[in-house]
Amino acid sequence: MIELSVIDLALAASLVLLLALVSMRLQSGISHQLLIAAVRTAVQLTLIGLVLKVIFESASLGWVTLLSVVMLLIAGREVMARQERRFTGWWGYAVGTFSMFLSSFAVTVFALIVILGEDPWYTPQYAIPLLGMLLGNTMNGISIAMDRLTHAAWEQRQVIEARLMLGERWDEAIADYRQQAIRSGMIPIINAMAAAGIVSLPGMMTGQILAGAPPVEAVKYQILIMFLIAAGTGLGTLAAVTIGSKHLFDERQRLCLDRLRQP
Amino acid sequence: MSKASPLLEIKQLRRLMVGPVTLSVDAGDCLCISGPSGGGKSLLLRSIADLDPHEGSAWLDGKPATDILPQTWRVQVGMLPPESAWWLPRVRDHFRNGVEVALEHIGLQDAIMDQPVMRLSSGEKQRLALMRLLSNRPRVLLLDEPTANLDPENTQRVESVIAEYRRAHKAAIIWVSHDMAQIERVANRYYELAHGELHSRNIEGQQ
Repeated sequence: MIELSVIDLALAASLVLLLALVSMRLQSGISHQLLIAAVRTAVQLTLIGLVLKVIFESASLGWVTLLSVVMLLIAGREVMARQERRFTGWWGYAVGTFSMFLSSFAVTVFALIVILGEDPWYTPQYAIPLLGMLLGNTMNGISIAMDRLTHAAWEQRQVIEARLMLGERWDEAIADYRQQAIRSGMIPIINAMAAAGIVSLPGMMTGQILAGAPPVEAVKYQILIMFLIAAGTGLGTLAAVTIGSKHLFDERQRLCLDRLRQP
Repeated sequence: MSKASPLLEIKQLRRLMVGPVTLSVDAGDCLCISGPSGGGKSLLLRSIADLDPHEGSAWLDGKPATDILPQTWRVQVGMLPPESAWWLPRVRDHFRNGVEVALEHIGLQDAIMDQPVMRLSSGEKQRLALMRLLSNRPRVLLLDEPTANLDPENTQRVESVIAEYRRAHKAAIIWVSHDMAQIERVANRYYELAHGELHSRNIEGQQ
């Protein structure tokens, strides 16, 4: 494995700087954001690198749990922020966070105990990256699906209420939009699996190969990750959309759009 | 329940600026409501159909609404909203219970059932929405301006289809209308909704 020096990274950074300069000349208005994002990447990743170093060395269940919870809470915030018409109050945060907890944690623990079988099972080198990848992808799926669901409920309220007026149950009245929401949450991972290796070389695998791992081993890990992500995203999306669509109706099966935030 | 209980009874219903409304409707009644727009007529109908949260209580045939499943209540107390909604490609797909009244009575041909909803005119949709509602055989009809935007001929057809349904099924009808002449033609009771309250009014030309 080729160790990277600070100068190597500075050279890569100069490319970003160059890009920023060019876009400033073209007045695209994006160079400011670009530089801030680049700085954030450097700072955030350096910090997490240090945190991981400490946690890997301590290898205690307490630290792993703490970091996992922090990651979950931040991902939950991200899911909430990406929905234009999210639920008001703590529901807006809880639906996504709970669904991510349910799916990402369950899938990660399953992979750690049943598949990888490290001793102890929470060995941070495996637990943290796995959970991170699962959370990152589940987060996408859930926020896309919930955004779609709440938008549909708002825009198609006439249809949903017309179906209620004709005597349909709440779950029949929203069935079409629930289905669309689930589909849109799962499409990205399905596409990623379908294109993997042909159109794109997945980042994790590429990283492992760059770090010196034999390609076949890297590929096996990538397949494992893809399957775990698919299961996690699917489960999380199903959970969020199921809970969310139920919460769009009250106990008398009325469509409660006042539970959605006005953008 | 005893035969004395009215078909639909509403007590102390309140929703936003509407209410308290207390009302009882017998089988075969046709009760018209008029009032300024934005005065809450639609809100009142929506609350009776239990589409909006509201205060107060309601009974159907002496049975409290809380003892009736919401989806059953909405079949029995069927509401026709001012604008119809369609969600499947063809007209027929929306008629799960077949057609209750022959379409020709409302000035439509049977072939319209196989048409894509996209090709319907707004007047056709309005009349088909009424037919769709009737195919559920509701015992109480909540009609929110069912003939708005229809020409006189079709207005007359809609009125006679509703009258026929009311007679054949001993249905009760709560009908929101702006048209005094129509109210005189169809209603046996007439109320004005003003400042959130229902005021009983005499119908011109009736005692």
